[in-house]
Amino acid sequence: MKVITANFVTCAVKECKTSPASFPLHFHDAELEQQELEFQPEFIRNVIPRIDWEALRATANELGFPSLPDAKPEGEALENEQTMRDLHRMLLETHVSEGKLVCGNCNHAYMIKEGIANFLLPSHLGEIYS
Amino acid sequence: MASPQSGEAYEQENVHEVYQQIAQHFSATRYKPWPIVERFLTSLSPGSVGLDVGCGNGKNLMVNRDVFIVASDRSENLARIALQHQPHSTVVADILELPHQDARFDFAISIAVVHHLSTPARRTQAVAEILRTVKPASPTQEGGKVLVYAWALEQKNSRRGWDTGDAQDRMVPWVRKGDQPQTFHRYYHLYEEGELERDIDNAGGRVLESGYEKDNWWAIATPKTGQA
Repeated sequence: MKVITANFVTCAVKECKTSPASFPLHFHDAELEQQELEFQPEFIRNVIPRIDWEALRATANELGFPSLPDAKPEGEALENEQTMRDLHRMLLETHVSEGKLVCGNCNHAYMIKEGIANFLLPSHLGEIYS
Repeated sequence: MASPQSGEAYEQENVHEVYQQIAQHFSATRYKPWPIVERFLTSLSPGSVGLDVGCGNGKNLMVNRDVFIVASDRSENLARIALQHQPHSTVVADILELPHQDARFDFAISIAVVHHLSTPARRTQAVAEILRTVKPASPTQEGGKVLVYAWALEQKNSRRGWDTGDAQDRMVPWVRKGDQPQTFHRYYHLYEEGELERDIDNAGGRVLESGYEKDNWWAIATPKTGQA
């Protein structure tokens, strides 16, 4: 699972969606691996406005990346090639191959196995839709 | 059709387990995005972030590399096949319990998926769940757009030949080729004309555009806002 993905997923439990504690989910026992991907600075530049920066800072911190700037890069900072390369490497080239994503509200742990996170809920946590 | 109590268990047996079994052969036969899907995805502005709910083998992830898509499928075997398509991402999730925040995304697609839900309430809920994830329109921005496709009852020129008046709830065979061919049956609800639009309306969506393409009904919708 690419690190960027964690910025766009949350707990699958309906009641957790309204709790600020459910986002971002927290990585536990994460094993990281790098997979090279062609550097496309335009892609990073265009996606950054959609990133929840606070959440990304928390994720980066949990995964042991050097601290990200306090504020989201904007304007000229988006022209800085090193910044774009660092973000490309963290967001798109770093994968979590094994580990868990844990909800800060309900504590449910979603397993990541062989690079894929599984958000299916056990029946006691799911809604019943007839 | 499933009884109300057992919709989930019924789909587990008659949809999810079948896709797990046929994932590889199914994927080998699905490689070309449909024209309306292609048009929808290529019209997105670069940097848009969206969902592909029920992505199957990920054939629609090949269309646009300038947007970022979080794809999901209920079948882990299909989700693993979809994983190869860069720069996107794939997870395993259920359409009725999507692991995504409200109002976060620019767009979503769900192609040939909602017809696998076995009751009217579950089909409407599936559409509502997708609509929940996209941005509603505001004075400063357009609402997020959702493209949904479902298999049509009206397909009298197809191999199956069904048409108006035929039963809408069906078990459809899939023959897995190989040394020992094996037949699996998947549950489908075939949509009649106007039904997809009705479900979208009931799910809190406003239909912007809709039509028929190659044995399927499709619609593009956005969440209703207060005044709509």
